[in-house]
Order: sequence, then structure tokens, then C-alpha cells
Amino acid sequence: MISAASIIFIVVGMIVMMVSNSMPTISRFGLAFLTGSEWKPADGVFGALPFIYGTIVSSLIALIISVPISLGIAIFLTEQAPKKIAAPISFMVELLAAIPSVVYGLWGIFVLAPFIRDHLGVFLETYLGWIPVVGQLFQGRLTGIGMLTGGIILALMTTPIITSVVRDILEVVPNTQREAALALGATKWETTMIVLGNAASGIAGAVVLGLGRALGETMAVTMVIGNSPQISASLFEPAYTIASVLAANFAEATDELYLSALIEMGLVLFLVTFVVNAFAKLLIMSVASGKAGAKNV
Amino acid sequence: MESKISISNLNFFYGKAQALYDINLEIPEREVVAFIGPSGCGKSTFLRTLNRMNDTIPIAKVDGTVLIDGEDIYSSKTDVVALRRKVGMVFQKSNPFPKSIFENVAYGIRINKMQTSKSDLNDRVEKALVNAALWDEVKDRLSSSAFGLSGGQQQRLCIARALAVEPEVILMDEPASALDPIATQKIEELVVELKKDYTIVIVTHNMQQAGRVSDRTAFFMLGKLIEYNPTQKMFTNPDERLTEDYITGRFG
Repeated sequence: MISAASIIFIVVGMIVMMVSNSMPTISRFGLAFLTGSEWKPADGVFGALPFIYGTIVSSLIALIISVPISLGIAIFLTEQAPKKIAAPISFMVELLAAIPSVVYGLWGIFVLAPFIRDHLGVFLETYLGWIPVVGQLFQGRLTGIGMLTGGIILALMTTPIITSVVRDILEVVPNTQREAALALGATKWETTMIVLGNAASGIAGAVVLGLGRALGETMAVTMVIGNSPQISASLFEPAYTIASVLAANFAEATDELYLSALIEMGLVLFLVTFVVNAFAKLLIMSVASGKAGAKNV
Repeated sequence: MESKISISNLNFFYGKAQALYDINLEIPEREVVAFIGPSGCGKSTFLRTLNRMNDTIPIAKVDGTVLIDGEDIYSSKTDVVALRRKVGMVFQKSNPFPKSIFENVAYGIRINKMQTSKSDLNDRVEKALVNAALWDEVKDRLSSSAFGLSGGQQQRLCIARALAVEPEVILMDEPASALDPIATQKIEELVVELKKDYTIVIVTHNMQQAGRVSDRTAFFMLGKLIEYNPTQKMFTNPDERLTEDYITGRFG
């Protein structure tokens, strides 16, 4: 009882602390804090937009890559693989989720970044860089450190989470649904589509949960994204995320306004991930309780 | 008699455990055959060998022959997808898809690419629902969720869904065991009606039900076929003592 109450106390206490400590920037900049793209702490100019942009774009890159891969792994594990193969792979997926993010970051710096600089980036620029509009994403100087690398690292980190949640959801889809499809002459693939239809809202929940993880991930991204507060069309260019700027700058934020700006960004991140996670939990719960089928038509 | 399904020397194993012993059985076209017997006697397992639904169980092993229209369905040349379209199945617990009433029935038509046009699809769905005696109850809400239907309606929807792919044989695994007496009666009337066009095999725990709907009855016990006779004879003057004991409720 007391420990449960302490949870509420901690959450409320954190919000109160963050709001009160960010009052200087909230009262001084108002909404302009969120829309301003200049970030010059020395001159007392604080615009959070580049960080918000970096956070959202790197997370989107992560999801674009990790969602199809995770779905593929989860479908393989539940619908196709024999138990003997599925069990060790499931174990390894969970092991991946347990690797500390700083280790992912190190790997990103020493393996992924050179690979993107020398191979993947060159490949993307050659084959996609010429396309009008979209091509701009894949042009520019290739250092290996930047938005794309950050996004890929995040994809690696969200894949195990999304995979294991989706796998759990597919496992609770009743077998009678698979049999119903098979009995009508459905192929293995058509049967899998029926299973996915049953699990749709839970899968959406798993994706949102992955998004929550990507938004808040700090260490690994900080190590590879380049930490430069700019909004650039190119994914090769360095960027910055909210979590990264908080981690990297707290020590040097000496004046009150600078500190307040950082705390306000922390508040923004906290609220966004809080909402995203709550939403994900609701979606997953609707499947786990077995009522999902009744809800989606 | 013209056999639609002809089973000879069928043995079935779950891993090392044998579930069916040397079954021989002829199922005539356009008749209703009921499988009865105590729980765990293998009647459902046997039913599921007729559309190879047991294929989904990795440790299952079938030995013997099952001929449908003279073709061995366990031959390596058999197209299992085509077999299951020809041999439809209705399950113990109604299992509609999380889709609309219309889409539930349309599903099998779509995946088997049977429709020639949009209106043909509508016609096929309507026909299946009419044949499953459900049309009048759902025609005004075809686009609403199948889960809004009552248990009995859901089961008839599953029958309509099976009929829509135009099978020749329909396997029913205790289709009314979860339904109230009135819904059960509707299913039974439907089975008798469907007999005109389909060969039906129905597993049931309900002795009266077997008596009411079937032309022939097969009695199973401990994985063995004890007796197979016209239903009327089975229920009035069975050949085997075991059958008589079971039917009169001395065990089971």
C-alpha cells in the first residue's frame, strides 16, 4: 500500500519538479520554445525544434526498419518455425533486448558508422539519391555519424522489444481461427493474414511501445547521431535528439535559463513518452484480454 | 451403395500413442453419418483425418487409406488446399473471423477466387446465408460485426461460410454442443436440409441428436470402431453389446 502510493508520489513529484524548474523558459518563451529552431545557449536563445525534429525523425527511421523485421520474426516464430527452432531464437531475441544501450552505442561507432560511411550510404546515394524530393534524404556529406546511423541503432534496439511483444500477442490468437481459415482452403500465408487480423490492435500497441522506447533512448543515439542542433533534409547529416541533448549538456548548463530550457525539454519528452506508453498498454491489453476480435470489424 | 468416402485400415498416432485402430468405414453420398462414442474415443480425431486437419499437429501420423471420390487424400500428389475446399468443416465452438457478417462468408469465396464479379460475390454470399437459414436474420446488418450475433447465429454463420466455398462434404465436430435447445434444433433442421446437396459427417455427444439427424451411425470406443449400422437399427437393435450399453446409458 505504501509502496504503491510512493509510485504515484514519484510520478506527480517529478512532474511538479519539472514544471516548476522550467518556469523561467516557459514564462519567457512560451510556445516559441517548441517552434524556435535557434539553439544558442551562450546568447540565451533557446529553440527546441531541432531536438524535437531529431527525436521524431530518428524514431521514425527506427520504426520503418524495425516494424517489418519484427513482424517477420514474430510470424516465423509463432506460425512457421518448429518448437525446436523457435525456442532458441526467442531466447536470443530476449537476449538482444538485455544488451546495455552503451554497448549498442560502441558497436554503432566502431562497426555501423564506418559501414554506413563506406558502403550503405554510398549505396543509398547512388541508387536513391537521384529521385526528386525523396532523393534529398540520401545526399550530402557522408561521415557515418548522423541521423541515419542513429535511426538504424534505434531500429536494432526496438526490434527485440516489438518482436517479443508481437510474438506473445500472436500466441494468444485462438487456434480455432487458424483452423477456420485452413478448413476453408486457405494457404499458410492466408491463414497468417487471418491471425494478424485478429491481433491487429495488439500489434499496433507493440509498435507504439517500440516508439516509446525509441523516443526515450539516450546513450546509444548520443554516441552516433552527431549531436548537432540542425534540421537538415539529408539523413546523412548529424542531428540531435531531446534525450541526447539532456545527457550531453547538463554538466555545462550553469545559468538558470539554460538549465530551465533543458528541464522543459525533459518535460516534453516525459509527457510524450508517457502518453505513447499508456496508449500502447491499452492496445495490448485489449488483445491479451481476448476481446480484441470483438472490437475490430 | 455409392461411397463418397471410403476409409480402409486407418491407424492414427499422436507420437507413440495410438489414437485410432484399424478403422474401415464407407460413407455414402448425400447421407448424414453420425459418429458417437465416449469422450476421448477418437471420433473427433477421425473426423479430422478426413480433411487432413491433423496435418497441423507435427507429431501426428496417419497410416492407411482415405479415398474421397476414389482419390487417396493422403497421396503425395494431393493438393491439401483443394481437398479442404471440397471437404468443409464446422467446429465445436463457433469461430467467426473478426470481420463483418458479409466478409466472413465472402472470405472463402475470395481466397479461392470463385467470384466473377462484385455482384456475383454478393449473390454467392446471399445464397450461402440462405442455405444456412440465416439470411432473414442478418440481411439488414451484413456489414456489422459477426461477434454481435448470438451463439446459434454465429454457428450458422460458420456453416454459411463453409457452404460458400461449395464443398461436397461437410464435417461437423459437435456443432451444437455449446448451444441452447432452440438453437440446437435449428442446426439439426439445417443438417437434414443440407443432406439433399451434401454428404455430412457429424460428431455428436448427444444420442438423441444422432438419432434425429443421421442415416447411419458409427460407434467408437477407445480408438476402435465398434459398430457401424443404419441409425434406426443401431438405436433399436444393435449388433454389439457395447453399443447397446452405451446407447442405453449404462456407461459413457
